Amino acid sequence: MSDDSIARRSFLKGAGAATALSGAALATPAPAQAAPPAPDAYLTLTATEVAFLSAAYDVFIPADKLSPSGTDCGLVVFIDRQLAGAWGGGARLYRSGPFMQGTREQGYQLSLTPREFFAAGIKAANEWSHKTYGKDFDRLSASERDAALKAMDEGKAQFNEINAKQFFEMLLASAMEGFFADPIYGGNREKVSWRMVAYPGLPATYAGKALEYRGKKIVIEPQSIADFS
Amino acid sequence: MAKTLKAVDAVMVGMGWSGSIMARELTKAGLTVVGLERGADKSPREDFALPRIRDEYKYRVRQELMLDTSIETHTLRNNPSELALPMRKWDVPPVGDGLGGAGAHWNGVTWRFAPSEFVLRSHLTERYGRGAIPEEMTIQDWGVTYDDLEPHYEHFERLCGTSGKAGNLRGQKVEGGNPFEGPRQNEYPNKPLIMSQAGLIFTKAAQNLGYHPFPTPASNSSTPYVNSEGLNIGQCQYCGHCEYFGCESNAKASPLICILPVLMQDPKFELRTQAYVSRLLYDKAAKKVRGVAYVDRRTGEEIEQPAEMVVLCAYPFNNTLLLLTAGIGAPYDPVTGKGAVGKNYCHQTTSQVMMFVEDEINPWIGTGVSPAAIDDFQADNFDHSGLGFFGGGFIAPAVSGGRPIQVRATPPGTPRWGSAWKEATARWYNHSFPLNCHGISYAHKHNYLDLDPTYKDAIGRPLVRMTYNYFDNDYKMSAFLTEKAVGIARAANATIVGNPQPRRGNYGAGNGGAAHHTGGVIMGTDPSVSALNRYLQCWEASNLFVMGGAAFPQNPGHNPTCTIGALTYWSAQAITSRYLKSPGPLVQA
Repeated sequence: MSDDSIARRSFLKGAGAATALSGAALATPAPAQAAPPAPDAYLTLTATEVAFLSAAYDVFIPADKLSPSGTDCGLVVFIDRQLAGAWGGGARLYRSGPFMQGTREQGYQLSLTPREFFAAGIKAANEWSHKTYGKDFDRLSASERDAALKAMDEGKAQFNEINAKQFFEMLLASAMEGFFADPIYGGNREKVSWRMVAYPGLPATYAGKALEYRGKKIVIEPQSIADFS
Repeated sequence: MAKTLKAVDAVMVGMGWSGSIMARELTKAGLTVVGLERGADKSPREDFALPRIRDEYKYRVRQELMLDTSIETHTLRNNPSELALPMRKWDVPPVGDGLGGAGAHWNGVTWRFAPSEFVLRSHLTERYGRGAIPEEMTIQDWGVTYDDLEPHYEHFERLCGTSGKAGNLRGQKVEGGNPFEGPRQNEYPNKPLIMSQAGLIFTKAAQNLGYHPFPTPASNSSTPYVNSEGLNIGQCQYCGHCEYFGCESNAKASPLICILPVLMQDPKFELRTQAYVSRLLYDKAAKKVRGVAYVDRRTGEEIEQPAEMVVLCAYPFNNTLLLLTAGIGAPYDPVTGKGAVGKNYCHQTTSQVMMFVEDEINPWIGTGVSPAAIDDFQADNFDHSGLGFFGGGFIAPAVSGGRPIQVRATPPGTPRWGSAWKEATARWYNHSFPLNCHGISYAHKHNYLDLDPTYKDAIGRPLVRMTYNYFDNDYKMSAFLTEKAVGIARAANATIVGNPQPRRGNYGAGNGGAAHHTGGVIMGTDPSVSALNRYLQCWEASNLFVMGGAAFPQNPGHNPTCTIGALTYWSAQAITSRYLKSPGPLVQA
């Protein structure tokens, strides 16, 4: 299969990038006759943003024996909901001026909300990708995507206006948050990351087990918030 | 025009540990007390219930229980010549919010400070000679001693149902406890918690090196307990969701379960949440506080609450701010060293070494508190001659939960993403833990708090401006402590020892320590260099008392909460036994 812009084409066709989860890493694969899941729908992300994020998340979390791809784990759905919600809109962010460039020690000093920062960051990343590779990030080959993200991580990529390293850190953090958070947020479908590391999740009441489990390998079917709701 | 309410005997500003304890002691003495809390009411049964309380993303990553910076934050600069800018989100350690204060989201670490810490300047001068303390290190004696506080420490531990093992009972060393602690009159209320695998590994390695490991004192109750207020505390479930979370099993001590249920039944007490104190009503001529003004966040109305006495029980930032905006006491000037309000702001100097081992660690079984610790390199428990720094800290394996967004170390050299990262994460998640070094922050003349000239909070008050950096003493102390931790990791035969990370660089985003802010309204023996006397009474206004970490002249290497509790009981005893009979200064300036 070509790795050329799968997410974008799927999105534009309305078929959804994340369809059935690969059963390989899951304890309970979907029954063979189950209806195909509905395509992912988005609250705030544009088609270009979905394509960019799918491509980046699939580099961060590639499909392999440990988990399906980041997109198939629901990471784009996760970040879409986060950016569309209170956090994305700048809730709990001090937004009084004057705004000015601070030192590294002074942390985040932009007036942009996370939603605005992601929009500006994706745009700047694609512009840089065009300048460097002649095409948008999601159209790059697998090895080019990897190299492009490494350049951002190592501070070698220079975006227009947006700080590439700052954008990269937020992008990578969003992938990890979506991958490891409770599935209630839309990423970590089927608790795939919790299975990957053998994190048992809820209810986490171990007073009677702390001694018995000490130093032993324990594998428990993980449970999440929805399992108790 | 503000609405003025009927006067009461005492007003508490802030209803965390110190506000709750002081309100309880004053109502017991017959006073009418109003408790004002800026944040929301909290009910453990509603707000900390399963399953939703086990949500790492909401509570740990998005910091649901912490102060909303859009309402209030502080500005930061590393030195007095920089322009301070606001912390727009918590890129540095956050501040708590709501009923119960930091006592709702803390880990429950319940240390007593080493006796030498209370007489730090005298002690170091006596042991290392005059001139040993650098001129810029503005450390002071507290004006109160460990022996003064001992019964009050015990009172707080019985309030919390603290689990631990005494190492010094009335001067007799006790095997298995902390041999460096000050003498205790009595054993801890509860036996130690079950030690985890990481605790066993650490304990064995530390013993092999000749150190003295012991169970870290924890206000996570090891058994069901009835506390000093007759309230039931539950049994710790080792759930791994302590710090930043509320406790669903009522096992982590908090004002919400340990004291407020009694206080709320007392007709002499009235709690008002969403009451955001805007200023102290200060009569400068009479040198008396007449009460406080606050904004009721539910109506937007400003309300004046007159009172015979006011007790500031907020976080150090707000306690300092309310004195500065009222013009009580002289603001600290870092150039002349004169003035005491805002002086000796301190933080906590921490560092970490990761251990990767073959044992099954099961990090998801964890209490809030490290299972074991050593105090061999704490305070002045070791000879500092020729070391070039003073102070130290404890070293402890930090396994307080395996919440996987944040707890998933990989060995040095592992890529940050991709299949190789996934493999390393899966390989080491259950086989790694950090050794934490939790060290002192001794005052420096350039570290202080004042009012920001530009930025305001949601009710129009200036933000507190923090001028803070690490200095030579911090870096050297941290390097020393971190090296000792590396030694422990090696002695434990760790498969891989992570890159040591002693504290380096400037304080700030991504380079803060534990969220233990102290100073700004410090206690002491001399009104020219302290804002409070030894009873935490304001030198300038005798009917104003200031509790909490703000009163610490500098920050020792242990976590602060137990001392905050003990100081509150100590102050309350002075108020109820002496001050109320004859209101006025308890110490003549």
